Amino acid sequence: MKITRAQVERVAQLARLALSKEELDSLTSEMDAILGYVDKLNELDTDNIVPTAHAVPMENAFRDDVARQSLSTEEALQNAPAASDGCFLVPKIIE
Amino acid sequence: MLSKYEVVIGLEVHAQLTTNTKIFCNCSTTFGNEPNSQTCPVCLGLPGALPVLNKKVVEYAVRTGLATECSIAPRSLFARKNYFYPDLPKGYQISQFELPICEHGRLEIDTKDGKKTIGITRIHMEEDAGKLLHDSDAGSRVDLNRACTPLMEIVSEPDMSSADEAIAYLKKLHQIIVYLGVCDGNLEEGSFRCDANVSIRPWGQKELGTRAELKNINSFRFIKQAIDYEVERQADILEEGGRVVQETRLFDTDSGTSRSMRSKEEAHDYRYFPDPDLVPLLVSEEWIEQARLELPELPEAKIERFVKEYDIPHYDAEVLAAERTNADYYDALVKLHGNGKLCSNWVMGEVQRALNENGLKISDCPVTPQLLAGMLKRIDDNTISGKIAKKVFDAMWKSGKDSDTIIEEQGLKQVTDLSAIEPLVDEVIAANPGQVAEYRGGKEKLMGFFVGQIMKASKGKANPATLNELLKKKLAGE
Repeated sequence: MKITRAQVERVAQLARLALSKEELDSLTSEMDAILGYVDKLNELDTDNIVPTAHAVPMENAFRDDVARQSLSTEEALQNAPAASDGCFLVPKIIE
Repeated sequence: MLSKYEVVIGLEVHAQLTTNTKIFCNCSTTFGNEPNSQTCPVCLGLPGALPVLNKKVVEYAVRTGLATECSIAPRSLFARKNYFYPDLPKGYQISQFELPICEHGRLEIDTKDGKKTIGITRIHMEEDAGKLLHDSDAGSRVDLNRACTPLMEIVSEPDMSSADEAIAYLKKLHQIIVYLGVCDGNLEEGSFRCDANVSIRPWGQKELGTRAELKNINSFRFIKQAIDYEVERQADILEEGGRVVQETRLFDTDSGTSRSMRSKEEAHDYRYFPDPDLVPLLVSEEWIEQARLELPELPEAKIERFVKEYDIPHYDAEVLAAERTNADYYDALVKLHGNGKLCSNWVMGEVQRALNENGLKISDCPVTPQLLAGMLKRIDDNTISGKIAKKVFDAMWKSGKDSDTIIEEQGLKQVTDLSAIEPLVDEVIAANPGQVAEYRGGKEKLMGFFVGQIMKASKGKANPATLNELLKKKLAGE
């Protein structure tokens, strides 16, 4: 096995995904298969190949530093599950 | 007890850049507007939005890298740093990880033992998070105006060995980035924030001790307090035979103590990977050379030039060069007038005093270098005395008129004419026979008394040199 069930649980937890027992089982074997395939790729000699950072052969996409109209506060908040006084409202965060 | 341990400090500074717009979208970065009035699909993290890099952010990072002797990466990448927090709308922060824009730089600081070089590990570009407000009972409120604001994270090597050295480094870095015009340096508004990594180890031990990270301290004074407190806390733990835990701690400025941030205790796993929305950034040799040419003169070089060219003490040069706007004012003034020391006295003296009293910055000074130089020339040619000059300066400040007009209008021209001063001298001598006798009996200190009386009678306009000479003669009975 390339990956353990505990590792899948950990990754799910980091992604805030609540998975059922069945899902954990099937994901563990699916991810194991994917990692097995990555192992296959590892057989290639990549010593002189620059790691790919982007799928499109393109670089330096820039924009000028000129301000444009933003959304209105109402527009910005229109999809918010909860809002209060012009702000998104989330459960109380206490540090 | 503390001397048993060597203190090791590394600093991470987050500097907010003074661009007009955010790092990946065209929303304004203006501070202090209504919550959520400066957002768009990109900085709200809405699905399908495409971030595009603000070129100015790259220029500012390159400029900072050059000023701190970093090497500029010909190719750098943006990465996603994944974590969940309500102030982070996308669930990841766009930052740089493997290939930052600048690496391997350094800064020189002054310590009590002389110069010391502090290494700069890296400088990278990233976006800021939004702001959380805890003022409502219903929950925490999120303002995303700040989300996606451009930041530069400047990471030092763990080269500092005391809170004082850390402060010296921070002040130097602050001065440089404000000089460069890339950051406004406003600590209260959070434009310059510092995290400190602090550890201690017994002297002679090679491995570093376990470090604690002190988060987001926003004043030089608190940084010192926080570091000193942390060093003592760790030393206490080691003395009692305990072990320092690696953790993030939050310094409480009210109590002067720190506490562990429990929510962050869980080991971080940010799962960085290259952001597929952003293409690689290439910075050419030509670009770097152009940026190098455009670098402003930095404080160190300015101080040296002021001392050499304007012949002023090192102390004066340091004070004048501390802020770029101040240095520019002084520079312009000396170029117009010529006498470096007289100009530095005025800028550090009257100009500074008037600015402080009126709560103004030198960039808003109503007495321009042109006006001030014009007045200083009237001191040089004996039209007015140094004392009257202060009066003229105040009048220029209030009216914006030039010194010649004010001298004319208020009749402040110095009297050097003997025939005009002599009657005043005679009058004062005649009115104070007792003091005259004492003076002649050897109490020469009284000279000042006579000068004061006559100056008063002349409304300050008598030329001091002429007056002194004449008065001495008269008192001697000549």
